[in-house]
Amino acid sequence: MANEIKLQTPLTSEMLEKLQVGDKVLLSGTIYTARDAAHKRLIELLKAGKELPFNPAGAVIYYVGPAPARPGKPIGSAGPTTSYRMDPYAPALMDAGLKAMVGKGPRGQSVVDSMVKNKAVYFAAVGGAAVVIAQAVKEAKIIAYEDLGAEAIRELKVVDFPVFVANDIKGNDIFKIGVEKYRR
Amino acid sequence: MKEINISQLIPVVRKLCIDANYYASPDVVEKIKFFMEKEESPTARDILALMLENHKMAAEEQMPMCQDTGVAVVFVELGQDVHLVGGDFYAAINEGVRQGYQDGYLRKSMVDDPVIERKNTKDNTPALIYTEIVPGDSLKITVAPKGGGAENMSEVKMMKAADGIEGVKDFVVDRIKRSGGNPCPPVVVGVGIGGSFEQSALLAKKALLRPLTEKHPDPKWAAVEDEILERINKLGIGPQGLGGRTTALAVQILTKPCHIASMPVAVNVNCHAHRHESAVIE
Ligand code: SF4
Repeated sequence: MANEIKLQTPLTSEMLEKLQVGDKVLLSGTIYTARDAAHKRLIELLKAGKELPFNPAGAVIYYVGPAPARPGKPIGSAGPTTSYRMDPYAPALMDAGLKAMVGKGPRGQSVVDSMVKNKAVYFAAVGGAAVVIAQAVKEAKIIAYEDLGAEAIRELKVVDFPVFVANDIKGNDIFKIGVEKYRR
Repeated sequence: MKEINISQLIPVVRKLCIDANYYASPDVVEKIKFFMEKEESPTARDILALMLENHKMAAEEQMPMCQDTGVAVVFVELGQDVHLVGGDFYAAINEGVRQGYQDGYLRKSMVDDPVIERKNTKDNTPALIYTEIVPGDSLKITVAPKGGGAENMSEVKMMKAADGIEGVKDFVVDRIKRSGGNPCPPVVVGVGIGGSFEQSALLAKKALLRPLTEKHPDPKWAAVEDEILERINKLGIGPQGLGGRTTALAVQILTKPCHIASMPVAVNVNCHAHRHESAVIE
């Protein structure tokens, strides 16, 4: 087994310092969902100097568009979506205090650089492990942009959401290191 | 001559859509376990274990194994002695898809106009339906929900005969290499060779339907499959692209005769949420 570390939001630089790429992290606390359309609006708010619908300091954003919830359940299957589509927006959010992003697939260099500068990390969730992740979500409520449907910003209360460290604060990238290590 | 009423299709298609999304097939589970045993990367082993746990929980919780419940690809084998009565065949299949995606809490992922408006049709129709006439008096339906992440990594290439079998192998391996973690590896690789431009793509998709534990019936093609799989699993991409030896679970090839001047090769990539369910109406 890889190292397993428990983290509670809000995250701080100190908490992230010990993380290494490949570590398994169980994330608990409050996280926010946002995809392409929501990101666009968040950036417009930042540009206009307005407040975001959530406090970005120490926050975690999860890139997800969940399946519909069964009655009585907080959320339907909720695996990650591909992260690079959010690359143009991520640095500005990290400048505003965002400490972690959760999604799938590698990030661009500008995002990696911004993580180093802002002491933030990127976690890979397991694409297709959508039911396991949904079970970790205990509460979900829409806090902004209801008109965006599945893409609205939701506040999730999670307990032991399983993710893997893909980029640490030192600029290491598992999508490069991991693949090189196991290539034959 | 056997009469089948169209209305019989609706509940069958509805159930196939739900079952394909809720229940991982045993061959996929078996393959993931097989590769987990051999996996060298501890992170990769953890990820594969999560995938297995996810499959189990999906069935228990009656939830789709992935939130991308895909476009509904439907293959129909229609016996030539069947007489379909009571309505529109394609409308009935679409009605089954509509009900399945609604009642099963599956995500609706179809847009109407592919470029300009891209408005969600809200019921996951239209399905993509392929019908083939076969001998007999029964009707076989297979529903294969296909997620976007893996489908987007697929490709057709009009190769030259001179490229030979080595050219085909290189193309398939390179296609998976360029896909990296995007199609949610470990993947299943469907390869269609021959026919024509469009037929090679359909062959590649149909190749995905073969049980993962079954070998190609022709030993020379079985050897090609084994070699491509071995090369893919040396790429190092690993589960989710985080590094490891498990990048693909299987490579499956279907071939057809083709024109003397052509050698079309198609690669259809599927993810570990490798879903398909069949039923026969008699
Ligand atoms: S590629 Fe497959 S497992 Fe990954 S998100 Fe898409 S449907 Fe799900």
